[in-house]
Amino acid sequence: MSVFVNKETKVIVQGITGSQGLFHTKQMIEYGTNIVGGVTPGKGGTEVEGVPVFDTVSEAVEKTGANASVIYVPPAFAADAIMEAVDTEIDLVVCITEGIPVLDMVKVKRYMEGKKTRLIGPNCPGVITPEECKIGIMPGYIHKKGHVGIVSRSGTLTYEAVHQLTQAGIGQSTAVGIGGDPVNGTNFIDVLKAFNEDEDTYAVIMIGEIGGTAEEEAAEWVKANMTKPVVGFIGGQTAPPGKRMGHAGAIISGGKGTAAEKIQTMTACGIKVAETPSVIGETLISVLKERGLYEKCKTH
Amino acid sequence: MNIHEYQGKEILRSYGVSVPNGRVAFTVEEAVEAAKELGSSVCVVKAQIHAGGRGKAGGVKVAKSLEEVRTYASELLGKVLVTHQTGPEGKEVKRLLIEEGCDIKKEYYIGLVVDRATSRVVLMGSEEGGTEIEEVAAKTPEKIFKEYIDPAVGLQAFQARRMAFNINIPKELVNQAVKFMLGLYQVFVEKDCSIAEINPLVVTGDGKVMALDAKLNFDSNALYRHKDILEYRDLDEEDPKEIEASKYDLNYISLDGNIGCMVNGAGLAMATMDIIKYYGGEPANFLDVGGGATTEKVTEAFKIILSDPKVKGIFVNIFGGIMKCDVIANGIVEATKQVGLNLPLVVRLEGTNVELGKKILEQSGLNITAAESMADGAQKIVSLVS
Repeated sequence: MSVFVNKETKVIVQGITGSQGLFHTKQMIEYGTNIVGGVTPGKGGTEVEGVPVFDTVSEAVEKTGANASVIYVPPAFAADAIMEAVDTEIDLVVCITEGIPVLDMVKVKRYMEGKKTRLIGPNCPGVITPEECKIGIMPGYIHKKGHVGIVSRSGTLTYEAVHQLTQAGIGQSTAVGIGGDPVNGTNFIDVLKAFNEDEDTYAVIMIGEIGGTAEEEAAEWVKANMTKPVVGFIGGQTAPPGKRMGHAGAIISGGKGTAAEKIQTMTACGIKVAETPSVIGETLISVLKERGLYEKCKTH
Repeated sequence: MNIHEYQGKEILRSYGVSVPNGRVAFTVEEAVEAAKELGSSVCVVKAQIHAGGRGKAGGVKVAKSLEEVRTYASELLGKVLVTHQTGPEGKEVKRLLIEEGCDIKKEYYIGLVVDRATSRVVLMGSEEGGTEIEEVAAKTPEKIFKEYIDPAVGLQAFQARRMAFNINIPKELVNQAVKFMLGLYQVFVEKDCSIAEINPLVVTGDGKVMALDAKLNFDSNALYRHKDILEYRDLDEEDPKEIEASKYDLNYISLDGNIGCMVNGAGLAMATMDIIKYYGGEPANFLDVGGGATTEKVTEAFKIILSDPKVKGIFVNIFGGIMKCDVIANGIVEATKQVGLNLPLVVRLEGTNVELGKKILEQSGLNITAAESMADGAQKIVSLVS
């Protein structure tokens, strides 16, 4: 088991003929992801990397039976691409694109109301269930199949955590990058809920950063509902207020969204927060040992 | 992106949102000329810098004659204003807004921002104008009212009306306040604002509702579709290193420490600053070179870091994912040769082709200290600069 994606997931790539889309399509196929088609308006009828290209998402979904779409479309056209996918009520849309205007995402979120599609991202590395399905841009080989779920606002910081786990012989059930934008699809709580219900996930790592209050809300949810141990990390403890730290959503404004506040709330809610990014893996292992889960999580 | 108050007011005026008459002035003569043109018995001379708290810092003066305008303008132009938002170094005043004075009856607060939790634009209002909204939120949260706006239909008149009544705008002026809020919302969505804050919004003795101050910030991701807003960019208000970095698509933010950092990915870059601090050092900057770091980008990044005289050492922390470590290593070697680096350099490489990358660094003959992990690298650079 895993969350959101597995070996049954059939994926189409929106923007498959662009340089990013093409490169990552190859990488995903190499990893074993079942890529069944692509979409580039005007390139319908052609073929890329052995998969058919369609003009519209609805045609691609109809002809291939895809249940997930991944978007590598430039920021100016990405909101439209997300809505095109949501219109088909496909199960999952993963948007990798960085730099989408916030008000475009406000419209997208409104458009998604009442539709069954789940959106992951934008501005995220994607989602991976090791050895089954990789949708996104993360380096597949650092992952290992196992029982720890990861949810994160940051790409490279997720790789860092995954790498530490794999090195220590701890595999992952699914790693979900929810993205660094202020308005996004799936949030921490959605992913934590899914991990809580997933039989194969025994513990969760949650990686947040400055800006907003999503970590605090998630921590309260964990305290009230989560039956599995959660370990956390928050980036940006030394970030100055009022500055956008790379991610559009990583900004301390009006004294809100500081790392200190987040760490305090998470700790108060029973989440053990790693002191430095170098010890995320160690911190998890110590918690697994305390809870008697270490042997079950260690991949032999 | 931030703009000046006078620029914000220009935009508001063009949308029919009521603001006092005013002119921008770059010199004392222009200031006096502007005051003459306004022909008002009382003028306000307002320092234009990208920071709040100007009033308290002495950056806003009320002049009752042209002579006083001259005195205040010469006093303010060239003065370094230190407010709670500028940092201790302050900001030099290079522009003034000369505005006609008005008879203020009462001050209010009106603001628009994107609310992350609901993914909607929210209109906030309070009758506690003139003080910072964060302060009002902390002390008297019951005095802040909110209206969440459905993007499908936009701000509705009934919402603006409800806001006006909630914050106790005099009944006879409610319609003016409604028109004001609807106009402000139109500016917000059409110009892709991230913040539109009117603090204070005032009601005047002659029965007008207008913006006495205006703070507009814009979503950098949307600037590609607003060439007119880009024209308002004031490079004097930005850090020269940050301007240079933006030319190469590098995310750079200047900080106060002495350890330069170069990292791929925003989250890892923040975490790298944190771990330097954890081991007793101080980061000199935030720098995300992005996923596709080329030799050119790495070279430019080094140049920008080195242009900061405070920097005593550099920590490069790369998790090569799709980007291979050998490519990064070659970039570092090439860049180091080009810029003639004399400072301690600690490099931590992890990820794809890491062994090859490490070998390239070793064989380069350059004085590079290799690190085994983020913690190891942070400790090494901290001890090298101290």
